[in-house]
Formats: sequence, C-alpha cells, structure tokens
Amino acid sequence: MSAEDLLLKTGRFLRRSATGRDLHTLFLKGGTEGDAFYRDRWSHDKVVRSTHGVNCTGSCSWKVYVKDGIITWETQETDYPGVGPDRPEYEPRGCPRGAAFSWYTYSPTRIRYPYARGVLVEMYAEAKERLGDPVAAWAEITTNPEQRRRYQSARGRGGLVRVSWDLATELVAAAHVHTIKTYGPDRVAGFSPIPAMSMVSQAVGSRFVSLIGGTMLSFYDWYADLPVASPQVFGDQTDVPESADWWDAAYLMLWGSNVPVTRTPDAHWMAEARYRGQKVVVVSPDYNDAAKFADEFLAVRPGTDGALAMAMGHVLLKEFFVDRDTPPFTDYVRRFTDLPFLVTLERRGDAYVPGRFLSAEDLGSEEEAAGWKTVFLAESGEPVVPNGSAGFRWTDSGEGRWNLDLDHQPKLTLYDSQPPPECAEVLLPRFDGGRPLRRGVPTKQVAGRTVTTVYDLLLAQYGVPRPGLPGTWPTGYDDASEPYTPAWQEPITGVPAARAEKIVREFARTAEATGGRCMFILGAGTTQWFHGDTTYRAFLSLLLLTGCQGRNGGGWAHYVGQEKCRPQAGWALLAGALDWQRPPRQVPGALFWYLHTDQWRYDHFDAGELTSPLATGLFRGKRTSDLVTEAVRNGWMPMAPAFDRNPLELGEAEDPVAHTRAELAAGRLRLAAETPDDPRNWPRVLTLWRSNLLGSSAKGSEYFLHHLLGATSNLEHPDPRAPAGKLDLLLTLDFRMTSSTIFSDVVLPAATWYEKHDLSSTDMHPFVHAFNPAISPPWQTRTDFAAFHAIARSFSALAKDHLGVRRDVVALAHQHDTPGELAGRGQPELAVVERDYGAVAEKLAALGPLTEKLGIPVKGVTFRPDEEVTWLGERCGLVPRGVAKGRPELDTEAKACEAILALSGVSNGRLAAQGFRQLARRTGRSFEGLAAEGHRIVFADTQARPVPVAASPEWSGKESHDRRYAPFTINVENGKPWHTLTGRMHFFLDHEWMHEYGEALPIYRPPLDLAALYGESGTLRYLTPHSKWSIHSEYQDNLLMLSLSRGGPTIWMSTEDAADLGIADNDWVEAVNRNGVVVARAIVSHRMPKGTVFMYHAQDRLIDVPKSEATGLRGGVHNALTRVLIKPTHLIGGHAQLSYGFNYLGPTGNQRDEITTIRRRSQEVRYR
Amino acid sequence: MKVMAQIAMVMNLDKCIGCHTCSVTCKQTWTNRPGVEYVWFNNVETRPGQGYPRRYEDQERWRGGWELTRGGRLKPKAGGRLRKLLTIFANPLMPSIDDYYQPWTYDYQNLTDAPLSDDVPVAPPRSLITGDPMKIEWSANWDDDLGGDPSPDPVLATVSEQVKLSFEQAYMFYLPRICEHCLNPSCVASCPSGALYKRAEDGIVLVDQDRCRGWRMCVTGCPYKKVYFNHKTGKAEKCTFCYPRVEVGLPTVCSETCVGRLRYLGVLLYDADRVTEAASVADERDLYQAQLDLFVDPYDPAAERAGLPADWLEAARRSPIYDLIKRYRIALPLHPEYRTLPMVWYVPPLSPVVDALSTTGHDGEDAGNLFAAIDSLRIPVEYLAGLFTAGDPAPVTAALRRLAAMRSYMRAVNLGQDPVLPDVGLSEEELNAMYRLLALAKYDDRYVIPTAYGNVPGVVEEGGCSLDYDGGPGMQGPFGEASGRPVPVSIESFHGLKERQTGDEITQDRINLLNWDGRGAPAGLFPRRKGKS
Repeated sequence: MSAEDLLLKTGRFLRRSATGRDLHTLFLKGGTEGDAFYRDRWSHDKVVRSTHGVNCTGSCSWKVYVKDGIITWETQETDYPGVGPDRPEYEPRGCPRGAAFSWYTYSPTRIRYPYARGVLVEMYAEAKERLGDPVAAWAEITTNPEQRRRYQSARGRGGLVRVSWDLATELVAAAHVHTIKTYGPDRVAGFSPIPAMSMVSQAVGSRFVSLIGGTMLSFYDWYADLPVASPQVFGDQTDVPESADWWDAAYLMLWGSNVPVTRTPDAHWMAEARYRGQKVVVVSPDYNDAAKFADEFLAVRPGTDGALAMAMGHVLLKEFFVDRDTPPFTDYVRRFTDLPFLVTLERRGDAYVPGRFLSAEDLGSEEEAAGWKTVFLAESGEPVVPNGSAGFRWTDSGEGRWNLDLDHQPKLTLYDSQPPPECAEVLLPRFDGGRPLRRGVPTKQVAGRTVTTVYDLLLAQYGVPRPGLPGTWPTGYDDASEPYTPAWQEPITGVPAARAEKIVREFARTAEATGGRCMFILGAGTTQWFHGDTTYRAFLSLLLLTGCQGRNGGGWAHYVGQEKCRPQAGWALLAGALDWQRPPRQVPGALFWYLHTDQWRYDHFDAGELTSPLATGLFRGKRTSDLVTEAVRNGWMPMAPAFDRNPLELGEAEDPVAHTRAELAAGRLRLAAETPDDPRNWPRVLTLWRSNLLGSSAKGSEYFLHHLLGATSNLEHPDPRAPAGKLDLLLTLDFRMTSSTIFSDVVLPAATWYEKHDLSSTDMHPFVHAFNPAISPPWQTRTDFAAFHAIARSFSALAKDHLGVRRDVVALAHQHDTPGELAGRGQPELAVVERDYGAVAEKLAALGPLTEKLGIPVKGVTFRPDEEVTWLGERCGLVPRGVAKGRPELDTEAKACEAILALSGVSNGRLAAQGFRQLARRTGRSFEGLAAEGHRIVFADTQARPVPVAASPEWSGKESHDRRYAPFTINVENGKPWHTLTGRMHFFLDHEWMHEYGEALPIYRPPLDLAALYGESGTLRYLTPHSKWSIHSEYQDNLLMLSLSRGGPTIWMSTEDAADLGIADNDWVEAVNRNGVVVARAIVSHRMPKGTVFMYHAQDRLIDVPKSEATGLRGGVHNALTRVLIKPTHLIGGHAQLSYGFNYLGPTGNQRDEITTIRRRSQEVRYR
Repeated sequence: MKVMAQIAMVMNLDKCIGCHTCSVTCKQTWTNRPGVEYVWFNNVETRPGQGYPRRYEDQERWRGGWELTRGGRLKPKAGGRLRKLLTIFANPLMPSIDDYYQPWTYDYQNLTDAPLSDDVPVAPPRSLITGDPMKIEWSANWDDDLGGDPSPDPVLATVSEQVKLSFEQAYMFYLPRICEHCLNPSCVASCPSGALYKRAEDGIVLVDQDRCRGWRMCVTGCPYKKVYFNHKTGKAEKCTFCYPRVEVGLPTVCSETCVGRLRYLGVLLYDADRVTEAASVADERDLYQAQLDLFVDPYDPAAERAGLPADWLEAARRSPIYDLIKRYRIALPLHPEYRTLPMVWYVPPLSPVVDALSTTGHDGEDAGNLFAAIDSLRIPVEYLAGLFTAGDPAPVTAALRRLAAMRSYMRAVNLGQDPVLPDVGLSEEELNAMYRLLALAKYDDRYVIPTAYGNVPGVVEEGGCSLDYDGGPGMQGPFGEASGRPVPVSIESFHGLKERQTGDEITQDRINLLNWDGRGAPAGLFPRRKGKS
C-alpha cells in the first residue's frame, strides 16, 4: 500500500462518510447542511414580473427577485402561452444584457437626484432672485450672449450639482414657457424612441410635448432601421413575422442579420428549425455568430449584397419564368404585384425610357381620382382598370371596390409571339461603372401611348434575354460584362458565381415545393446603407417572384429596431394627445438633425452627383439641403420649426390659415427650412427620455456637439458660418449616466424598469406583458410618468399667465393612409389648434373627449370607442373638477396602461371587429372570423402572464392561438389591397425623383464613394454593427458585460490589416476621418475580412476612453466618425405609398458607407 | 453492482448561440460578491480559443485529473495526497489570478461628481484586487468570437492536420462549462481536509465550507479548473449544481435561463462499483465507451432492486440525459482522457461547409440533399475528437451523422415527401423521438428532475446574527477576517449591499458596489506582482 493510499484511508476515518471502495470518491449524505449558505443565498422574499424597456426587440418577461427590499437578481419567466404541440415554445426569453440589468439599480452610475450644471443654476438663481419671475430669469440668461456662452460651453465638462425637484421642474417649465412665448411651440422638441418597449413611459412625455404644441421627432427612420423599401414596396411601415414563424420556413437566409447577437431570445427558433429540415444560409462580411449555424456561409463584401440579390433574381427570372412557366409563381405575381401593370415609355433620343403607370385618366375615364387608377391588359388584349388601386381607396365611388378581385386575367407580358410585333429599346441606368443598358421590351399602343408591362421592364433590367428582342443582353450566366449575371456579381461581392446560382435555385425550388415557405431574415448590415433601400428591393424581388410574401414561413423578416407597438391605436391616441387636440406635430428625425446640427453645410457636392446617368438634370446645381426645402415646400415632408415666425403669432389672425397662406404668398413669411441657421429658426428646448441620443444614435455626433450644443468637439474644421450652440436647454431623464446626461443642462433621475408599471410588446412574439415595480423608485428617482406630470404642473402654473389660451397654426405634410396621399406636388396643409396652456397638466392626467367624438384613426380605419370610454371611467375614476371634469382619469401609469389596452384593436376585439367591418365596406370583401369580438386584454392579465394579442386592422397579418403571425396574410387570403398606388406590391416606382435617381426598378447601387464625394482619404470600411455586450449604449457600461468582453471601446480588425498597420491585439488605436476621432483598443481576429473594421455600435465615451492624440480631447463615440447623408428619394411625398407618415417614411440616418484611417497610437494613454 | 443515481446535464452545442446568459444569471445568483469577483461557476468559451483560465486544458502544465501508473493504477496527475501535503505551502500548479483574469471596475462616480473641467468626464478602469488604475489585458472571455489569437488553444495542437486560422477557413463554436460533477472527481481526491464530497443522493460535488481549510489542492486537482478560491473567505467554492433549486425539482439557473434551450437535466443510474475500473482502462480512447458501459439501463432489474425512491426510478426512465447519451449516442463527455468520468456531456456542433470545397463543386453533397456531408464541415472532426473522445473521430462522426440524418429525414417530412430512413443506427421511432427532444425541446422534456430524498430540503442552518454581514460589527473573528465560521454569503450580499447602497452619499465604499467594498482583498492571499509594493 502506497503512502497516498494510507493517507486516503486515514482520511476516511477523519470524517464520517462513505468513500468509494477505490478511495477516490468521498460520498456524503446529508450534504444539505454543509453548504447551507448557498441555500440561504437562494432564498428571497418575492418575485416580481417585469421586463427591460431598453430599445431592443426582446420584450422578454423576467422574474425580478427581491430580498429585504433589495433587488438581487433576475431570471427569465418561462410562462409564455404555448404556441402548439408540434413546435418549440417561446420560453425562456432573455439575454445576458437583460440578465445583468439589476446591476444598475444600485450601481455607482445610477442617477439618484436631480442634477443641473452649476454655472447655469447660479445664473438662474441670481436672475430669478433679482427679477422675481422664472420665465424672465430664463429669458435673460439665454439672451445674454456672455451668459449663454458660459453655460453652453460648460456642457459635457462636468460641474453638475444636485438640485431639488422643485427647482429643476421650475427651470424646465420656465424654459418651455419662454420658448413658446418668444419663438413658438414648435421650437420645443422631444425625442424618445420605440414606444413598444415601454408604451406609457414614452407616451406620457410625448403627450406633454404634443399638448403644448411641441415637436416629436421620429426615430425609426433616423436610426436607419426603417427599410424605406417597405413603404416603397408594401405601402407599410414594416410588418414582419413573429419568430415562431421561422419554424414554418423551409429555407432561411440570414442577410446582414446576426441573429444570435441581436435577436438572442429568438435565435433558438433558427437552431431548432434546422432540425425540421430547414436549410440556413448566412450572408455576411465577417464570420459571425450566425454563420456558425449556417449550412452555407457566403462572405460578401460589405454593402454589395444588392449585387448578389440582383444576380439571384437574374437566375430566378430566367429559370422559373422565361425558360419554363412556374404556375405558383406566375399566378402569384399576377394577383399580388404590379408586374402586369402597364407603364408608359417616353422617347429619349433614339430609344425610350420608362415613364409612369398608365392610368384610367389616360384611357379617358372621368371617374374621380382616375389618375390614381392603374391599368393592365387583359388576356383578351383589352385595357382593364382593376379594383384595388389608390384611386378606389379614398373616393366615394371606390366604396366596395378597393379589393384585389380580378375579373380579367391580366397579361404578365406583351411578348405574345416570337419575335413580338412591336417592341422598343429602353435605356436603363446602371451604377456599376458601365454605360446605360439598352435592352428591348415588347410594347403595345394603348390610348395613343407606347406601353409595356412592369414584368417586361423587369426582365430587361435583370438582363434576361428573350429571342427577337433588340438590345445588348448577357450571353449566359458566365458573361461578366453585362449586369446582372452570376459572373457579373462575383468580382463585386466576392461570392463565387456557382454558389449564387446554386443557392437561388435551391431557394426557388423550395418555394415552389412548399407554397412560398422561404424566408429572408434581414438586418442592419444590409439596411443601414445610403442605398439600403435598393438593396432591399433586390431582396424583396426574390420573395415576391416566388410567392413567399403573405405566407406563414415565408417572406421578409426585417428585424432592425422598430419593435411593434402592438396596441398601436391606443398608444397613438395617448402619445399624440389626440384625445384633446389634433393634429400633433411629428417630424422626421433625420431631417431635423440634418438641418439643426448643420451637417447640411458640409455636403458640398452637387445633388446631381448621385443621380442616374439618364437623369434629366432635375437636381443639377442644387444641394441636398435645397431638395429638403423643396420637399417641405411641396408638402411632402413636415419640418420643425415650420416658419420663421411664431405660429402662435400666426394664430392671432382672424382666419389664421388664410393669413398664413397670404403671408407665404407675399414672401413675408418663409419656411424655416430655408434658413435653418437663423436664430429665429433654431430649436430651443430638447427633452430626451428613454434615449441616449448623443451616445448612441447621433450620426455625426461631433456636429451635434459643436453646432447644436455649443460644446467642445473633436470637429477639426467647423464651418465658421454656422452657429455654435443653438439649444437653450437640453433636458435628459435617465437612471444612469450617459453621453446625453453628461451634456445636458438638467438631468432628472428616472426610475428603472423594475420600479414602475408599463406595457411591453414586440414584433418578435405575439404577447403583451407588464412592467411591475419590484421596489419603489429609490432615492429621489421618479418614473417618467411622475416626472412629466411634475413638469406639466410647473409648466401650467407659469403658462397660465404667461401664455393663456392661444391658437397655433400647424403645418402638415400630405399624410399616408389618408386622402392626402393623392395630393401629388402641393403645399403644406395647415391646421389651427387651440391650446389652453394653463390646463396642460389637467389634460395630461385625463382622457379627452375627442376619443369618442372623432374616434381613433389607424391605417385608414377609425375605431369608435364609446363603450370603452365609459368602461375606462368606471375602471379609472372620473376627474372631479377642472377642464377635464367627468373624463376618465389617467393619473397613474397603471390607468394609462389600461387605456392603451382598452383603446386598441389587438387587445380589444370589439374595436378590431369595428375596424374590419369598415374595411369590409370599403373593399366589398368579407373579414368575418378574423376578429374575436370577445377578446379583451386588461392590464391585470398582462401582469399575471404574457397575453397573446388578436388580429386587428392595425396590422396586416392574421393571428390566433393556432396561427403564427406573418405579415400580409390578410392581403393574400382576403384580397385586401396593400396601401400602395396599384394596391399591389411594387417592383416599379414611377415618381420622377425615383427616375432621376435611377431607381424606378430594382437595381444594384454600390456603397457611396466618399473619397470622391468628400475627399475622404481613409480606405478602411468602417462598420458599426450591433454589439454582443450592449443594446445600443445600454449595458455597455454594465460591469458584468464589460467583464465578459474586453472592458472598454474596441475596434475589430483582420489579422492582415493589423499586420499592415503594425497593430497587435489589444493595442490602443485611433480611428480618424473628417468627422471625428475614436480611441479604442484593437481586437485582431481572423474572423474579420481584410479591409473592413467593426466598431460595435454605441460604445459610449464614458467608459475607459482616453484622450486622443489627434485632438488632445476625449475620444468620441462610434458615431464620431459617421455623418447623416440624406437620400433625396426618401423625401418624396404625396404619391400614394410614397407619402409621409411618422416613422413610416422619411430620410434615413444611414451610416454604413463610411470609411476611416486607423493607426496605432502611443500605448501610454491619459484619461485626464 | 451498486446502482447509484446522479443528476447529470447534457448541453447541445449545436444549438448554443454563445450568448453567455447562463454565465450572467449564474454569476448574479451565486458569485457577485467580494472574494469571487473573478469566479464564473459557469463560463462560455469560444472554440478554438484558450478558455478560462487560459490554457486550462494543458495538463502538462497544470497536471489536473488522473493518470495511470505504469502498473495501470490511477493516481492524481499532480501527485497523491502525500505530495500535496508536502507542497501545501508552495503550490506551483495553480493558475495565478492573471491566468483567470484580474477583475476590475471603473471610477463610475466620476461621471456624476466630476467638477467643471476641460473635458468630458470618464470612468477609467481600476483593479478590484489592488484598487490601482490598470490596463485591461485579459478577461474570463477574452477570446470571444475568435478575438485575438486562438492558436495557443491546447486542443488545436492535438489536431494533426494543420488547421489554418484564416478567414476563408474560419470556424467557431461555443463551449459552456460548469463543474462536471464527475463520477471519479480528482478534486475530491485532492483535498487534504476532506472538505470536498460527492453527495450520495444525487452526485452533486460540493465543498463543505466548514471543513475547507483553503489548501487549494482541489484547484490543482480539477483538470477543468472549476474549483475556485475565494480570496475573501479563504475557502474553495465551486458550482453547486444549484442544489437548493434541484432539490425541489427546479432546473439549475444556467439551465432554466438558457435561451438557446440547449441544456438538459435528468437522472443517470450508474454502477458505482465499476467506476475505478472504467476510469482505469488502458487506452484513453476507450474511456468514452467505458463510461457509457457504467450507465445502467433504468429498466434493468438491477435498477429496480437498488432501493431508489420510485420517483427517482421513474425520472431515470424518462431521463433526457440517458436518451441523449446512451440511446441516441449523440452526447459525448468533455475530455474523457482526464479520467474523472465527467457528468456534463455535450452534443457536438454541426457547422457550415468549407468554402474551399464548395467553390470547386465538391461540396460533399448528394444531388438533392441540401445538407453537407460531415467531412466537408468547417469544424474539423479531429478538433471535436480532441475535446470529446480523446482524439477518436469515430464517435464524433457518428453523432454528427445522426444529427444530419435527422435533418434530411425531417426535411422530406416538412416538404410533404416520403422520407427515407437513413442508416445511422436509429429506428424511425427513435429518430422522431430524438427530433422532438432536440427540436421541440419542451420545458418538461428538457428537465426531468425528481425532488430530493434522504434529507428534508430547505433546512436552513444559517440564521446567525443580522449584524454579521461583511464589515458589520458582528464580524470580528478571533483571528481576523477569514477566521471563525464562514461569512454567510447571503447575509453579506443583502445586508451589506443594502447598507452601502441605500446610504445617502456616494462614498468610496460604494465605488464598486457590486463586488468590491473598497477595502481590497486581505493582503498576501494573492501572489504579489512584480513591481508592486
């Protein structure tokens, strides 16, 4: 026996236990005693259901554990209603970010008290003491140039001091009152994104801003999360399947979407659907977390995905349309797309260019809106005006005819015989370097015009030859010289031609075999480019051609931001204060920032620069900012401020609208967009809540700092003609320190998501569920709800005398989903709104009478919630006195939640049924059985468990306990038109600006050449994909996330680039371009492609960011290197689906075309 | 035959999304407290990669686990207890804090408190060990998603075929790890105090905190480096398999919070009499089979006779673990060559086809089959074999083939075609059942956990004085901080937290409230770094 064994045997006697016979294992019974402290650690007093209101799409329900009044940790709820015996379930939903949230509650970055900049507080206190009036004090400080400069330049440089809530709200109220009085209510702006993530918290501030006539800024388009292709093709903001519907897909392509990272709680559906035989293809520049799940990984060069999709479209059209007829596909495109519709051809030299849709007006029809009724040729050869186009949607004569019924089988192509008797050569633009394409299409003469079909144009565009047609065509797939063959795309995308062919063939065969169960999951990697919309249209074409849209398991699944606020109608009513007054001011965020941060001044290039080689010169000699002004003047896009005068002053005229029009006509009144740098046209007060604008979404963040805030920036050559320091007050409500709070004048301490009531929903799952307070807001924190009510009370007290009751002239754009969408090129619509400024707080806390008087408009139908208002009065109590006497109370978050649920179709079957009945009248079709009239969700239900919503006209898809949500299933199955010009999904967009940009048809446009546009010298593609360790800037400062990552700002780069630049892993590096400076550590990895660097999104400047060598100042956020670039086609309005809607259409704040230089810097870094 | 029961875990790596939710929920629940800042009972590694602590798999360096003597007997690789006792005060075979990582925090309060100055306030990092400013150079997950150079990965070295770490051939997968709760635990055998033990009723390996004397031999002994040293209490701590939850039938925190839904928990029966024999087979490639042979069929009459409670036997019969490991044979042990007979097993991951192959038209696919053949996948089978089967590719290939076969069979069903049963050694019923377990993975099928027996669950010893939180007035042991009975963890966390957190002023004490109380670690518990006083 060895000495070791002896010891082991001895050990056996030392404690009472059973060792294994071999002496290796020590067994112990009753182990529940020895380690009791783990058992005690596990114990807790209560578990509370809540969730995280960060702008992510998770909407996961969580258990928050509380012991001794302290929030300890959280784990996921697992009690989601089942989605079927033959598929996986939603449990558990959550991600590491959410799991780390409770850290914030007691963290040292928690904001515990109201703060304000010391220098401002001193000046304010002094002036108020002297003048005796808060408003006069604010006026003095902000108009005295020296004082103004003093506190503006202190922004972002520390020196915050604790103030009382009373002082903070008084100062904020004074700023509001002064601004409204002196400059106008539309100089007050609010920004709070993504209502779905916490509807009441968003709505309460938005409601306050709307009640005073302030401007709410859109976010979805500003974030570049809005795929503009969605309004263009579908006439819908974005409508996508829930993740359980991925399970239904037989073929799944992830295109620029890193699902495990950005849709963490949903990723399992993809992993699991593979076991059901789903094939997964991942297209991405880097070997990412999603690629791990792929059957095939296509490494595409950044921003060239459109070329790959166009080549796939080429193969698809050739093999499944031209070489053979594929009935499921051709039947589908005839009924549900604009492919059979006729397009006029216009002479251009010795050839033609596509013009516009042939309309009933062209055929001599005198019916109302005949110009908005599109035409196809029946198989018989007769032109037919089918039901369903926009001309039937808003006219009396269209009642009962706005539907997809086809009395005649439309001709898809005019290519009847070979060769066709009539044909024409059309010129088509290309942007890959060659001369315009010249390709023949079959034509006919209709009503004296040369016409062809969209389908025929599409074949010409994709270069799919048919015998006998003139022009230059590819000789085969291997012809690399002609767009859009597989061989053509290979040098552009880096994807081998054979793989592109193989994959689209598999995709199409699967679609044919399964009735369209092929899905593309699309992400920010393909959306957030300047030409992201063209890329998307190339994707969508593949799905439309194969009949995948409007099918369970098929179609596009665009998951970028957004988050579906499922109880849309109720939220919109509360958030816009539509129950008290209409219309609210709602303005596209990207335009607002573009003008007011003076980024427009740095766009020196001619607006004609990026137009089609076939352009007529519409944009020549203009700047992008001129096009913005034009869009505002045409009534296409709204802007704030609207005029260079206080709209309350305009309201003083007897007939304010006539007066305003007269002043405009006389040239005495001008659009503020024409001279955004005129001090009369500056935004003066900005409130941020639930948002970290400056640390996250502010593209061109250094321009924000310099021009909007007047703070120190890393901008190397600021334009001296532009003002620095426009905002009088930046107010931020948050529970943690961010770039936005750091630069704010006043910071209010917010409750966290574990400290309040609210509602959450998402597009990823079909449930609504509740936030509940696990603890009361600690220290002096308050919920957003309580904070805005406090502000409103202070405001009303001051405004009663300073402002009184006023009339406000509100300028509006032609609105989508209203008759205004047929306005074409008009002028802004004007409305007059009466504002009782002393009653704002009272109105904020009660449900106003317009709720039932005017109803709740949503996507073209109107809910009439009369019974619901009565019910809410009983549930919430009635206001006993004041202007809101007898109205239901909305004075708590829970009551606001109740109101949202009661007033929305998805949660109230009675309203949904009302809406479907209206739709039935308009369409002449039946929607029976879609709405469950008895379906009703009350707030307590959502507190108990996530509750499934039901089908409603608020959305385009069907849903019920046995039906997963997929968009447009109502359109496809019930013959309800899409909200577009033809009423079908569009390949062709006939607006003249679309032609000017060369984008009337799906096309490939490469990433912008910033070297040519701006003289940028960098060569590395600078991408900002979404991070694994944060949701935007949230969690990026969380110690747990920092510990699991590299603990600070990082830039990923390839081993090749790192070697070239002499950079080793974890070296400090600086990235510099014309917009700013970033200091970060390098992560060198072979999973990165050469020539591309990633700085994951929203790494705020507050954690471990040293001073830069380039400027000697603190390095910037990821957006320090980016800029807003306005794409003019996003400004189009008044043209059916191309009409303005808040967060529906507007220029995107795209940022992916950027390039940078990177160098290794001194490894000795300084923080202060 | 002595039939014993263990609650074991299987993780399906083919579903792991590498999100680290398991790590965070585990840390939040168990180790977000002073002394264990650097400890992750559950961590997730990107493979290829170095792991945590770095290169822990290099047993030539760390000498964890068991080895066979020339006579064919097992002995701890680091030497037996005698050797341990002799080296107790100088243990060179233990990872240093830098091999784990030096935990850090930031000067967060500067963001709020910074006076008016010339630049934006910032929160630079500080060491949680020394309190000094530091540059962050390593973490528990430094090489996440192939960050940095994964080539020091010890398993890579075992792959004979040269695998280039190039973009074109990039591959990766994630490996979540907890304590293996081994049948033949070398940590238990390493402990000179007898503080580590394996619970007889459910096989969970625990450290008796009362008995632990902080020798840290268990840290060396464990080849997975899943026993940690709490530098505050001076005791070893490790994954408890969430026994307070498992005893009452709840899944472990890491399992229940796994959003990839890839973890399975259930009962395995094994023959305790043959454990040593199985761990001692001569060829390490036979260890997988030897361990498989230890597991007892729950329908075997011997299982019936073993005297287990009825619900345990029933659970063993419904065990997803048994199905995945033994019936379908798609789950494999992690590093069987350590001879500890680990009880957390893994389903190996599929991966995309190699581009190099598919561009030449040789993508290893049958016409009409959309799924690639196993030998054309990006992850080299040899690499997986280096992790799971001591280098034997056959069991890995067999497991991957079963997964691929299930997919193509189900594709036919999905597309409404007649499925053909693939020849992978599974019946149609088994294939369907495997599909349901892997794909539908309903909660009740993932976790089949009988409640505890033999003890009354929920006996809480720890009452103690409520003033006994860390730093509280009750905490004056006769020999300083780490003397006396262990700091009650829960009380430390809750009352300590509350005290510090609800104070009105931001004080130095609250700089790192999560896991640093501002006083640093007791001196001398960590090796001093050069140049530090």
